[in-house]
Amino acid sequence: MTTPLIPPPRKDPQKRTVSPTRPPQMRSRAALGLSAAAAHGRFALQRCAECGAVQYPPRDACSSCLSLELPWQDVSPLGEILAETTVRTSTKLYFRERAPWRTGSVQLDAGPVLLCHLHGDCEPRSRVKLLNRLDRAGQGVLLAVPLERTPTMEDDPQLRALTSDPKHRRVLITDARNPNAPALATSLLAAGAAMVFVGEAESWRPYPEKPLLQAIDGVELLPMDVTDTASVQKLAGELGGKTDILINNARFIRPGGVLSRGDTGFARDEMEVNYLGLMRLAQAFGPAMCSRVSDGINSAVAWVNILSVHALSNAPDYGCFSASNAAAHSLSQCLRAEFRSSGLRVMNVYCGPTEDDWYQPLPPPKVLPESLSRSVVQGLQQGLEEVYCGDVAKDVYTRFEQSPNILERETTQGVEGA
Amino acid sequence: MSQATLSELALQIASGEVRIVDLTHTLDPDFPVIILPPEFGQCARFRMEEISAYDHRGPAWKWHNISMSEHTGTHFDAPSHWISGRDVPNNSVDEIPPQAFVGPVAVIDCSAQAALDEDFELTPEVIEAWEHQHGRIAADSWVLMRTDWSKKSGADYLNMKSDGAHSPGPTPDAIRLLVDQRNIRGFGTETVGTDAGQGAHYTPPYPAHFYLHGAGRYGLQCLANLDQLPATGAILMAPPLKIKDGTGSPLRVLAMVPAAQHEGAQQ
Amino acid sequence: MRARQSYDGVVVTAPFSTPYQRYSIETAHWWIARALRGSLQSAGLKPLDIDGFTVSSFTLFPDTAVGLTQHLGLSPRWLDHIPMGGASGVVALRRAARAVQSGDASIVACVAGDTNHIDSFRGLLSSFSRFAMDASYPYGYGGPNANFALLTDRYMQTYGATREDFGRLCVAQRSNALNNPGAVMKKPLTLEQYLGARPIADPIALFDCVMPCAGSEAFLVMHEDQARARQLPFARLSGAIERHNAHAADPIQLRGGWTVDIEELYNMADCTPESIDLLQTYDDYPVISMMQIEDLGFCAKGEAASFVRGHDLTTRGDFPHNTSGGQLSAGQAGAAGGFIGMVEAIRQLTDAAENRQVKNAARAMVSGFGMINYDRGVCSAAAILSSEDAS
Repeated sequence: MTTPLIPPPRKDPQKRTVSPTRPPQMRSRAALGLSAAAAHGRFALQRCAECGAVQYPPRDACSSCLSLELPWQDVSPLGEILAETTVRTSTKLYFRERAPWRTGSVQLDAGPVLLCHLHGDCEPRSRVKLLNRLDRAGQGVLLAVPLERTPTMEDDPQLRALTSDPKHRRVLITDARNPNAPALATSLLAAGAAMVFVGEAESWRPYPEKPLLQAIDGVELLPMDVTDTASVQKLAGELGGKTDILINNARFIRPGGVLSRGDTGFARDEMEVNYLGLMRLAQAFGPAMCSRVSDGINSAVAWVNILSVHALSNAPDYGCFSASNAAAHSLSQCLRAEFRSSGLRVMNVYCGPTEDDWYQPLPPPKVLPESLSRSVVQGLQQGLEEVYCGDVAKDVYTRFEQSPNILERETTQGVEGA
Repeated sequence: MSQATLSELALQIASGEVRIVDLTHTLDPDFPVIILPPEFGQCARFRMEEISAYDHRGPAWKWHNISMSEHTGTHFDAPSHWISGRDVPNNSVDEIPPQAFVGPVAVIDCSAQAALDEDFELTPEVIEAWEHQHGRIAADSWVLMRTDWSKKSGADYLNMKSDGAHSPGPTPDAIRLLVDQRNIRGFGTETVGTDAGQGAHYTPPYPAHFYLHGAGRYGLQCLANLDQLPATGAILMAPPLKIKDGTGSPLRVLAMVPAAQHEGAQQ
Repeated sequence: MRARQSYDGVVVTAPFSTPYQRYSIETAHWWIARALRGSLQSAGLKPLDIDGFTVSSFTLFPDTAVGLTQHLGLSPRWLDHIPMGGASGVVALRRAARAVQSGDASIVACVAGDTNHIDSFRGLLSSFSRFAMDASYPYGYGGPNANFALLTDRYMQTYGATREDFGRLCVAQRSNALNNPGAVMKKPLTLEQYLGARPIADPIALFDCVMPCAGSEAFLVMHEDQARARQLPFARLSGAIERHNAHAADPIQLRGGWTVDIEELYNMADCTPESIDLLQTYDDYPVISMMQIEDLGFCAKGEAASFVRGHDLTTRGDFPHNTSGGQLSAGQAGAAGGFIGMVEAIRQLTDAAENRQVKNAARAMVSGFGMINYDRGVCSAAAILSSEDAS
């Protein structure tokens, strides 16, 4: 059984913070398919389009029929451990620092044999389920876990190294005024977060979420406005060294496209909050978080952006808002690249219309704060990079994956006119 | 005024016989601005970004880019700010004759009443009572409504509730009296606007804005330190930035106060 | 399928081993040059006397055999570069033999060598193969230790072999190494020490692992007439096989490619396992030697453990095995590890093995195994050599 993690003691101020190290990062182009699937939490392998043989390791031609068509598909994650070892010494610092490390080979029901990490609760030679998760190099790796859930299995050090679990970690939610803030704070604390800090802009004007947040034990409101560089820097100065997970929920949204607005006023506000706000936060909090990715049980682990799914493809009714989210989405990719050397993970949570004032004129389905916060927590617990929250977001992403061009036409063709 | 008078003024300022009182709030990103319903365009908060600070972006110098609305912080309202003043001649800050920026000021102290009533109204009766004590308001002077509201901070300043802001201000009749009968130059307050927090519910809505600017008069708001001014006898200096077609401007508002009167006001 | 042609007339000679070093500041070029020079000197040849050249090395980058011709002043009419790790020695010999038989070359120098800088083993691992990079190293980065730990785990469970059985093999090899002045390991090893050693990747412990080091090995391949004319002691090539990616459907490697071709090997050499006087297996881990003892026909599958228990594997024993100490005790000098058994066998068959000489050694089997591309060794090869006067 996994030994439950205990809350870490306060940090010894005389000890040097451990520099982040990473597992191997280099992958072939084919193998990046595994990482791409892991970003979404999918267990997918290449399956030959001609003969159906499932392939592993990832390759460029089918080892059964030499076909070059090897699309990635979800396959059964079940299999059986063939053999195992516990690596006690490694030339790679990342594993050397974390030894002993249990690995094994698994015969997958779908065909191939995989080398994988073994969860501590797997019995030798037992049936297991494979998870495809991102490691701290940002690459997909396979972890065998028992078929049935075991107590506190998420505390297994090898599993925890692959996730962004909020348990025992300190979370900063950037915008108390977003209607989703109370639900986010509640869910994170329920998931074991040690503390939830919430940034509060413009404390001089009231907002309905404030009393809700103040009523939650473990929540602390602190002044920060993502449009105000100095306030972001100030809070980063105070909290940067103990922000383990940052959830950027700051959002400025107004309806309208380019012509319906007729000016750049709201667009500027949208860019200030949705795009430059993210940049300010990253510049202020990023470096300290990156330096603390190996800092024990409550190490810095993830950066979460809550974005509109229309970052992927514009929704003209909220056209300018979509554009600011596209900018933020693009910036998140840049950030992911810049965080990569530290192992800090960027998780984007894409939403459809949310259940709040700004989407009031739109019909359901809409994303409730509770479902958003559930997606955020589950995404962190699974160590994902991409989360699509709600039916609209999933629908848009499915269409986007199939054809961005068709999606654009679907969302912009409007209604039958004269 | 002779050369000698100006020299005398300079000497008196230097000696402290004439005090310079700063009526301005510091421009601060966290200073409240007026809040309109969110579907309307909004007043930009004051923001400041470093261009360089003796670093790789500029090794020997430090400077900032700043951004804000014309109506952020302690600011001046020109007639063109309001629809009633849209066709008034010289209605933008760049066109207002500069002599309008310096002039006598009368201060109506409503601080005691405002302390008891957040929606305190400046009525003709209050004005007349003041005149009874201090004399008739001189034509072409600034009239400032002292409420000590500038001493509030944070949420208390806007005092926003579910039905909007609550802060003192003039009634339509009071403004009409000042504009039409006293022919004042402009009207200033310590609150975020020249109108009361609930000013939208008067007829016309926002009467101070409507009547002042319709008559080509000016507004000053977010003033501070009005408790350091005498009821009469001080000179106000309030020159806005010269912004082309500007409807207003953040500015530094100063008052020259004879020292004796200053001390009197302090008490 | 046409029957394989014999290697009649092909001989190997001039074995040379550069004494191994744990770490070296020299390059692979230096180590290869030194072995080549040693081999040529022992044969009384100059560089331009050889017209065939093959090299195996992991640390020669960015050069290949091509760069070495200019670097070392060679002008061969037959050139090869064999990247097969532990199978390189046998494969180099096979190819050189065919070149000599066909007249494409008359004297082929086969050389393998690698350097070992501090930290260079880590660099070597990281660029070993695409499958390893994608699907093996991210899992604990145990390198070959972890891969062979899995095979060992499975082998032990399947066939009941114990750590003591592997230990016996290692202890015997250490005993052989003590008579090899070029070996890295200089101290005796007891079974107790073996069993008590620091675990590396369970069930593999310290003495199951080879010591990466710098070193080089070389030998010459020519026609028997050529060797006789130069009065060089030689051994004959009686048969050789190679096989790659055999048994791909086996979920885990418990047998190698030898099983596919072993019968043909004995037929070519016209002998049986009983007539083999000494065996040089590729011993990067003892489990692999066990596998070879089985797959090369010395015992049935799964019985190597009891075979080891029933035999003395030292140079004075009834089953001399890895007579120079093998890689486990002499060290693993990169690709030279694929040559160590071959060079030692030539010495044994030419009565040049000094105080580790196996008495009356007339027939030797040399086996190679190489390249953990992902989860298993892909290349396997074996050769039977006979002494000049073997019947």
